[in-house]
Amino acid sequence: MEIFRFFLILSFFFQNKFVSLHSGKIKLKSNMANYKMHLLICGGTGCKAAQADEILTNLRQVVEDKGLENEVQVIHTGCFGFCEKGPIVKVLPDNTFYTQVTPDDAREIVEEHIIKGRKVSRLLYEDPTTKEHISDSKHMGFYLKQHRVALRNCGFIDPENIYEYIAREGYSALGKCLTELDPQKTCDIIKQSGLRGRGGGGFPTGLKWEITKNVPGDQKYVVCNADEGDPGAFMDRSILEGDPHCVIEAMAICAYAIGANKGLVYIRAEYPLAIERLKIAIEQARQYGLLGTDILGTGFNFEMEIRYGAGAFVCGEETALIHSMEGMRGEPTFKPPFPSVSGYLGKPTCVNNVETFANVPTIINHGAEWFRSIGTEKSPGTKVFALAGQINNVGLIEVPMGITLREVIHEIGGGIKNGKKFKAVQTGGPSGGMLTEKHLDTPIDFDNLVAAGSMMGSGGMIVMDEDSCAVSMAKFYLEFTVEESCGKCSPCRIGNKRLHEMLEEISHGKGTMEILDKLRNLSQVIKDTSLCGLGQTSPNPVLSTIENFWDEYVEHVVEKKCRAGQCKDLMQYFIIEEKCVGCTACVRVCPVNAIAGEKKVPHTIKQDLCIKCGACVEKCKFNAIITK
Amino acid sequence: METVKLIIDNKEVEVAKGTTVLKAAHECGIEIPTLCYFSIDGMNIENKPGGCRVCVVEIEGRRNLAPACATDCENGMIVHTHSMRVINARRTVVELILSDHPADCLVCGKAGKCELQDLAQRLGIRAIPYQGEQSTYRKDMSPSILRDVDKCVMCRRCEMMCNRVQSVGALSAINRGFTSVVAPAFEMDLEKSPCTYCGQCVTACPTGALTEVDHTSKVIRALSDPTKTVIVQTAPAVRVALGEEFGIPAGTSVTGQMAAALRRLGFNAVFDTDFAADLTIMEEGTELLDRIGRFLKGDKTVKLPILTSCCPGWVNFFETNFTDLLDVPSTAKSPQQMFGAIAKTYYADKIGVKREDLVVVSIMPCLAKKYECQRDEFKVNDNPDVDIVLSTRELAGLIKQANIDFKNLAAEDFDTPLGESTGAGAIFGVTGGVIEAATRTAYEVFTGKKLEKVEFEAIRGLEGIRSAAIDFDGKLMVKIGIAHGLSNARKLLEDVRQGKSQFHAIEVMACPGGCIGGGGQPYSQGNNFETLKKRSAAIYAEDKGKKLRKSHENPYIKKLYEEFLGEPGGKKAHELLHTHYFDKSKKEIVID
Amino acid sequence: MAKLILSNDKIEKIKAICKSFNNEKGEVINVLHKVQGTLGYLPAEVQEVIAQELNVSLAHVYGIVTFYSFFSMTPKGEHPISICTGTACYVRGAEKVLDEFKRQLSIKVGETTPDGKFSINCLRCVGVCGLAPIVYVGDKAYGKMTPEIVKDVLAEYI
Repeated sequence: MEIFRFFLILSFFFQNKFVSLHSGKIKLKSNMANYKMHLLICGGTGCKAAQADEILTNLRQVVEDKGLENEVQVIHTGCFGFCEKGPIVKVLPDNTFYTQVTPDDAREIVEEHIIKGRKVSRLLYEDPTTKEHISDSKHMGFYLKQHRVALRNCGFIDPENIYEYIAREGYSALGKCLTELDPQKTCDIIKQSGLRGRGGGGFPTGLKWEITKNVPGDQKYVVCNADEGDPGAFMDRSILEGDPHCVIEAMAICAYAIGANKGLVYIRAEYPLAIERLKIAIEQARQYGLLGTDILGTGFNFEMEIRYGAGAFVCGEETALIHSMEGMRGEPTFKPPFPSVSGYLGKPTCVNNVETFANVPTIINHGAEWFRSIGTEKSPGTKVFALAGQINNVGLIEVPMGITLREVIHEIGGGIKNGKKFKAVQTGGPSGGMLTEKHLDTPIDFDNLVAAGSMMGSGGMIVMDEDSCAVSMAKFYLEFTVEESCGKCSPCRIGNKRLHEMLEEISHGKGTMEILDKLRNLSQVIKDTSLCGLGQTSPNPVLSTIENFWDEYVEHVVEKKCRAGQCKDLMQYFIIEEKCVGCTACVRVCPVNAIAGEKKVPHTIKQDLCIKCGACVEKCKFNAIITK
Repeated sequence: METVKLIIDNKEVEVAKGTTVLKAAHECGIEIPTLCYFSIDGMNIENKPGGCRVCVVEIEGRRNLAPACATDCENGMIVHTHSMRVINARRTVVELILSDHPADCLVCGKAGKCELQDLAQRLGIRAIPYQGEQSTYRKDMSPSILRDVDKCVMCRRCEMMCNRVQSVGALSAINRGFTSVVAPAFEMDLEKSPCTYCGQCVTACPTGALTEVDHTSKVIRALSDPTKTVIVQTAPAVRVALGEEFGIPAGTSVTGQMAAALRRLGFNAVFDTDFAADLTIMEEGTELLDRIGRFLKGDKTVKLPILTSCCPGWVNFFETNFTDLLDVPSTAKSPQQMFGAIAKTYYADKIGVKREDLVVVSIMPCLAKKYECQRDEFKVNDNPDVDIVLSTRELAGLIKQANIDFKNLAAEDFDTPLGESTGAGAIFGVTGGVIEAATRTAYEVFTGKKLEKVEFEAIRGLEGIRSAAIDFDGKLMVKIGIAHGLSNARKLLEDVRQGKSQFHAIEVMACPGGCIGGGGQPYSQGNNFETLKKRSAAIYAEDKGKKLRKSHENPYIKKLYEEFLGEPGGKKAHELLHTHYFDKSKKEIVID
Repeated sequence: MAKLILSNDKIEKIKAICKSFNNEKGEVINVLHKVQGTLGYLPAEVQEVIAQELNVSLAHVYGIVTFYSFFSMTPKGEHPISICTGTACYVRGAEKVLDEFKRQLSIKVGETTPDGKFSINCLRCVGVCGLAPIVYVGDKAYGKMTPEIVKDVLAEYI
C-alpha cells in the first residue's frame, strides 16, 4: 500500500542522516510489495462490537483456502467513521466500500470480488434517496463534505504496524523539527497555524506551548488528555485506535518545542482497545529509536508513559487530570496557576487533547499556511464530530470549520431517522447547549457556538427529533453532571442537584412559573461561581433549552403537558372522536369514572379525574384511545 | 518588595505582590465573607480549596466571579466585592449550602459559634428557597468527638488538620458530588480509625459537623447529687484561655476567677492539675535521670531518647503508628491521671470518702482527655480515676448556665492539698514546658547544685520542631528535642525508629502550640497563632509569678511522698503513677 | 458485611503489585487498577493492604476508591451486564432497556443477583454510538438493543 511513498520517506530519512533508522533497524517486509489487493476491515471499537474480528478471521481463512495469502493482504484498520453502516470492509485498490458486513459474507466477498472481480452489490451502500448502490465511499453523502486531517490515517493504515504510518509521512514531521527547526520555530509554526485546542475551550495551542516553553524549569511534561468523557464523543478513542503513532509523534514534537523529556497519556480505562494499540505503538516507536534517548541521533530524549483514568468526567479538566495522575482524587484547583506554570508534580506541564495533537504532524509537514487555508479565519482547520442520536448516519466525521449544522445534519448525517422532524442538536456534550432550527445555517466554529449558547466541546453532536422533550433532555444532562460533579465546590455540588430536582418537578407536573424563575437564576449563579469548567458550563443545557424551548417549559408547567410524550407523568389519554363508536366499554371499565359518554356518542376523558391507569386503552377494541 | 496596585470597591490599594484579593481587601477595611478559607498565620498553614465560593468577587474583564481567597492581586485589577451580582451569587451559594444542612440549630453543639449561622445572618437569609434531598449520614459518637456529617460543608479544614498538620490520616474527602463529605475510611467510626482525638478538626470545623462530646449534663447531675463528693482539677492551659469565652482579651490569666467560679458551681474542692504536673516531673524526671545514668554506665538495653507521655493525643498516636517503639516513652501517667489516682486513694482516705462516692472532674483544654479517662487501665473495679472531663468551652458554658458573673468575680485560691503548685507545673500548658520543667528538677538532682536561672529560653517558642543542648554543669550535655503538632512529632519519631535520633529526651504535644492550642480551647479560627502567642505569654507569666519554680520544691509534693508514696519511682509510685502502652494499629475494619 | 479474610496468597499478590510500582504513593490509582483487574473488586481489606504497602492512610485510599466510578467495592456477577447510558444511547432508548434488565433480574444498578450470576452496571459512553443503545454482557456486545430482546439475551447465559 502506497509503497512508493514509503520508499520516498525512507530516502528522506537517509538525506537527513537518521542514523538509527537507516542503519538497519527498519527492515522491509519483502513480501509486502507482492500484494495485489488489500482487504481493510474496520477494527474500531464499534465495528469490533459488531463481530469485526470474526469477519477478519473468516476473510483470512477464505483467502488462505483459496491460496491467495501472498496476493491479498487482510488487515484491520482504525475507524472509517461510518459507524451506522458498520462493520465496514474496504477493498483496495478499487476502493469498494462494503457496509454492514457479517462474518458469513466473507466467503462471498473473496469468491466474487477478489477472484471473479464482481462486486457484491447487496453489501454496497445504498443511497437513501436515489436507491442507487454506491461502491466508492468518495461519492457517498456521508463522505462528500468531509475533510480528513486529524483522521487522515484512520481507516487507511494498520494501526499496529509502524511501517504503514511511516509510509504516510509518519515521523517525518518530528524529523523535520529535530533537524531543521528549533523549539521556538516549532512553537511559531503551531502558533501561525492558528490551531486551537480541540478538547473544549479552544485555547490557542501554539501559545500554550510557547508559555510552557518560556516558564523556567529543569523538568517539564507533555500530557495528552485522552480522558474523553463527553457522552457521545468518541473521536479521541478512534484516533488512538486508528492512528496511535500520530499522537506519539505530536507529543514528541511538543516535548521538543517546550523542552520536556517526558510525556504522559491520561486515557480512560474504558478504552481497552485504544490502550492496547497505544502500548503497541509506543513499543514500536521505542524499537525504532523514535522514543527514548538520542532520538534520530539528534540528542533529543523523550519517553512516554500511560496513566489510566478511572471513570471521572471531571478529570477531563486539566488540573483535575493532573491531580488524578498524581494519585489523588481528581478534583480541580483554581487557575491560575495554570498547568503551564505549575502542573504535574508542580512542574510546567503542557496539556493537549488527542485530536489537537493529531493535527500537529500534518501542520509541521504542510505548513501553517496550508492549515489556515482550511476552516475559518478564527478557527482554522477541521473538527472531528461524533454524530449520534436520532440521525440516519451515525458516525465519526471530520469537516472543515465553518461548515453549517445543516450540512452536517442533513447532508453528511443523512437527515433525521424515520423521517421525523429535526428538533435540536446538542453540541459540547453536557457542557454545551441545544441548538435548533434557527441555528442550522450558522457556520460552526468555536466562537459562533459559544455565541449561540453552546460550545464546541470535544465534538459530540447528538441529534434529537420531535419525540425528544426539551425538559427531559436538560434533565438527562443534569443527571450526568450531578453524577460527575466532584463535590469540591458548593454551587456545582449542591446547585446542580437542585437544578435537577427542579427539572424533575417540572417533568412530574409539579412545576410552577416560580420554579422556572428559580431555575434561571440558579443556573446563572452556578455558571458564575463554580470552580472549574464543569460547573461553569453545567447549566448550559438548562439555559439553552429555556431560551430555545420556553414554550415547552411553560406547557409543562401550566398545561401539565409534554408534547413529546417523554414525561410519563404528563401523559394524557385522549379519545379520537372519529374512531370512537360509543360502545361505553371504556366508560364501564374506568375505575374513577373519568370517562363521560352515552351510547353511540363519542366519549370524552375528564383529564382532571384520569389516573392514567390505562385500563380504557386495553378495553377499547377500536384503538380509539391514544396517549399524548 | 515588589508591589501591585489595584482598585477594590473604588479604593486604590497597593499591596505586596502575591497578596490575595481577600487579604488586600482586609488590609483596607473591606471584609469579604468566607467559609472554607482558614489560616493559621505564622505556622504557614492555609486552607483555601476555593470550594465554598462564598468569597467570590467581581473582577472587571473576567467572565466569571473569582474566589477572593485564591486570587492574587494584579496590577490594574478592578475589583467589586459587594456588587449586586456578587451579593446575589453569594446569597444563592449560601442558600444552597443551607438547603443541604440540617436546621436543628436550636440544639446544635455549635449554635452561637457556627460560622455558617453567622454567614446566613450576615447575608440576611430568611428563607431557603432551594429545597430538596439532604444528606443522611449516621452520627458517630466517639469517646471524645461527635461527628454529624450531615452538617459537613466540604470546607476541608478538618481534612487538612488531620492530614497536613497532624499526619494522622483518619479523615479524607470521600465519595463524589452531592454525597461527598469528609469522613474516615469506609465511613467507619472514629473510634476504629487512626484518630487520636486531638480535636484539631473540631477547632477548625466551621459548623456543627465536628464537635466535642458534651459531658456538661453529667457534671450537673453529679453536682446535684448530695451523696457524692465532687472535686475538680483544672489544667494549666485552661486558665489562660477561659476568659476569652467571657469577652476577656486572649492572654489574660483568670486563675482566681476560675477557682471562684468552680466553687460557686458547688465543687466540694477545687484543685489544680498543676499540682499533678509537679508530681509528673518527679516521676518522669526520675525516669529520665535513671535512663541517662544507665546509659552512661554503658547499659545497652536502655531506651533513649525518653519520650514524654503527658499528652493523650500523642499517646494514641504512637500506640497506632509506632507500635515498635512502645517501650520508648516514659511510663509516667499524664498529670490528669496522676491526679485521679492520688485523689481516689490518698485524698479519698484523707477525707474519709469511699472511692465510689468521690467524683473527680477535670477541666481540660483537650478532647483526647475525655478518652484518656475512659481507658480501662485507669479504672479500679470499673470505677475510673477521673470520672468526667469537660473542655474549656464546656466549663464556660456551664458557668454561663449557672448565671455566674465571671468577669466580676473576686479571685480565689485553690484548695489544699492538691491545689498547690510551682511554676514548673504551670508551664506544662505550652509546648516545651514539660521538658523545661523536667530540666529544672533533673538539673538540680543530677548536679546537686541550685539552678540559678530557671528559664530555658532556648527551649521556648512556637517553631514546630526545636532542639537544645543543656549543659548539666559540665558533666553532661543533655540534648533535647521538642515537637508540637503530630506531623512534626512523626518526623522526630521516624528518626528514633531508624536509630538516627541524637536526643536524650523528646517532648511531644499533639496540638500546635501545646495544650494552649488544644482541641477543647475556645474557638479562635483554629487557635490562630496570635492567640497562641498571647496564651503562651500568659502561661510564662504564671510561672514567673510563682514563688516556687521547681517541682521538687513543692511542699505538698514532698508531703505526698513522705506520707504516702515513698520514693519517686518507688513501688507505690509505680503502682499508682505509671502505666503501659498498647498496640492499637490493628483496629479491625468492620463495615456494617 | 462480614469481615473478609484474605488468603496469604492474595495478600502476596497485592503486595507484589504494589512493589511493581515501587510502593510509590503517587501510583495508588495504577495500583488500584491492577489489583481490581486481578481480584475483580476492591474490598476494604484489600484497600488496607494497599494503604499499608504504599504508606498512605486508609482514608486516602478509600477517598480515591469512592471518587472514581471505575472502582468497585462489591464483586460483580459471573456475567456482568454493562449498559451504556451515554447520550446517544439514551436518545435511542437505553433507559427502557435498563429498566427491562432491572425488571427481569429484580436488582438495581450496582447490585448482583443473589445467585451471583448477573450484575447490572451503567457505563459511561463507550463511543459505540452506531450501535446505540449498546449493552455488554461480559465482553460480548449487544448493539441496537430493545426491551423486547432483553429476555433472549439473558437466556443465553442461564
